[in-house]
Amino acid sequence: MSTVAITTPPRASAIGMSIRQNRGFYGALALLAVLYIVYNLIHPRGFSTNVFIANTNESVALAFVAMAQAMTVIMGGLDLSVGAVMTLTSCIASEMVRGEPWQIVVGCIVSVAAGAGFGLVNGLVIVYGRLQPIIATLATGAVAVGLALLIRPEPGGEVDLDLNWAATNSLRDLAETYHLFEDGEASWFQPIAWFPVPLIILVVIAAAVWIPFRRTVTGRTLYAIGSSEGAAYMSGLPINRAKLWAFTLAGFFAGCAGLYLAIQTGSGSADIPQAGAYTLNSIAAVVLGGISLLGGVGTVIGALVGALILRAISFYFRILSVDPLLQPLVEGVVLLAAVSLGAIRTLRVKNRLELFR
Amino acid sequence: MANALTVPRLRSDDLPIAISAGFVLVILALGSVYTLATLGTAPLLTPNYLLTQLQTGAFLGIVAAGMMMVILLGHIDLSVPWTMTAAAMMATTVGGPGAIPTGLAVGLLVGLFNGFGVAYLRIPSMIFTLGVDSVMRGLMVAHTGGFSPVTESTPLMRYLASDRILGVPVAIFVWAAVSVVIAAMLSRTAFGKSIYATGNREAAAYLSGIRTRWVIVGAFVVSGLCAALAGILLAGYSAKAYQGMGNAYLLPAIAAVVIGGTHILGGRGRFIGTVVGVILIVLLNSVLSIMQMPEAGRQIIYGLVIIVMLLVYGRTAKVTS
Repeated sequence: MSTVAITTPPRASAIGMSIRQNRGFYGALALLAVLYIVYNLIHPRGFSTNVFIANTNESVALAFVAMAQAMTVIMGGLDLSVGAVMTLTSCIASEMVRGEPWQIVVGCIVSVAAGAGFGLVNGLVIVYGRLQPIIATLATGAVAVGLALLIRPEPGGEVDLDLNWAATNSLRDLAETYHLFEDGEASWFQPIAWFPVPLIILVVIAAAVWIPFRRTVTGRTLYAIGSSEGAAYMSGLPINRAKLWAFTLAGFFAGCAGLYLAIQTGSGSADIPQAGAYTLNSIAAVVLGGISLLGGVGTVIGALVGALILRAISFYFRILSVDPLLQPLVEGVVLLAAVSLGAIRTLRVKNRLELFR
Repeated sequence: MANALTVPRLRSDDLPIAISAGFVLVILALGSVYTLATLGTAPLLTPNYLLTQLQTGAFLGIVAAGMMMVILLGHIDLSVPWTMTAAAMMATTVGGPGAIPTGLAVGLLVGLFNGFGVAYLRIPSMIFTLGVDSVMRGLMVAHTGGFSPVTESTPLMRYLASDRILGVPVAIFVWAAVSVVIAAMLSRTAFGKSIYATGNREAAAYLSGIRTRWVIVGAFVVSGLCAALAGILLAGYSAKAYQGMGNAYLLPAIAAVVIGGTHILGGRGRFIGTVVGVILIVLLNSVLSIMQMPEAGRQIIYGLVIIVMLLVYGRTAKVTS
């Protein structure tokens, strides 16, 4: 590492090092950009606000669930309950997010807090019960689905319609709904008025939670645990605290996913297959976003990009009029191809002992 | 050679099995008390009820047997649901005497492919088998047009799944045969010992001359074959194959293996534990449905039982070095 700093100019080395260290993330970012630009080029109404808004709307819930998954994968764990927690919070939100404005705010807070609380319980079981995350969350996921079924035995609920409209459209619609900025007609507001609210929600929450968190000791400990838990322990890092935070934040992100899903669909449903599909897709998104399933590598932002890639692929089916029957096949092949690309390095390894970990 | 590779049989390996077997009796006792109080009879303790439960358990038991091989290596096979469905659909499509071999061939191919990805490309099994599952789903959806295939199971498949010999369901014999083969493989063959060794520490196993890649491929092939067999039986049981028929078997199979004391990170576990785990899960489901417990309560109890059982004996050592 020091040789790099000596032989190349400092600035170039900093950028080059960042790219080398986050090859997976930058690769994912490039893939997403290519996928989405080509998509807009061949879309009959490409590069329009409506298409952009519709696409972001469909991506938010999966992106949140993928970020939840990333929190635990970075520390070398896995959370099989993220989809179930999302389902649970969407059922809570479908009961509570309605009525007076203060009731709506309370409902939103309760839904997300329920997700975070469930995540904290996951963390407590795993840290103090000393259980393997994968199997403990498999069990707590069943509990979450059971609670969701208790709250909402039948699909339904009526989430506040104004909020549904405001949260799933452009900033102008948001301002118009709540009579802000002269109903969204203020002149300074125009340049940003086309921007989709869902994307803002996603990016703001991701940045506000993740960027401060990864700079803390707790956040760095997460990476240390993922690389080598024994070494992290010997270095005196707060392992238990970091694990509890990781699962709590995973629950928080899953809660955000559930809340948004309820607002977006206007209802909630304890849909067990849907919960399972979201959990599995979150693992795929995490891997596509450059996070190593072995732990210690990647960022939550990478998971967000991975989720957007997964969604971008599914957008193609609509405009290319691919036979809907072939969609699952194409999705699977793309996933396998993407993970196999990362396997090329194993063919270059000369000492096979390096492969075992 | 047996001495060189013998895995020390720790007493702690037997504790989970004893506890889960005890829990099976507790479930039966609680269920019987419930039925005695409400109906005045104890149908749970009749041989016929228990045999029917074991018949239902046979499908899960066969899936779990294959899953255990993979979990012993510290890997996991998430492609089970659509391997089951694909094997069943291919078997009913081909029909005739070739039905069952065709279904098993599907399982063999899936296992080989999974093993190749995990052992040679070194892709984490969690993601590779997930991708394979979705490819299999895609192939089957494209094959059937998204509907249930109209083809029906062959008489032999139905016989194996739902007929009875001397009052005992044939499916139980199939499960028993699979269990004996796998238990013998794990405890009596070099392949079985290699699985434990590779699961404990792959680098050490490799350095001691075990072809760890082949071991991994072999375990995935067994898992694929077991899933395919379970799918074929399930198609025989319901007279035809249908979309998503394997979805309900993935998580219970993992749970059964882990409840039976197999370590999720590999290297430790006895086959008999998996059998007990399967019986526990099947009986728990059945007793809860006799109690007319709504789905919500069943899910919660199911999750809590797994957590409590693991808290009793599944705790891992604190990582300190």
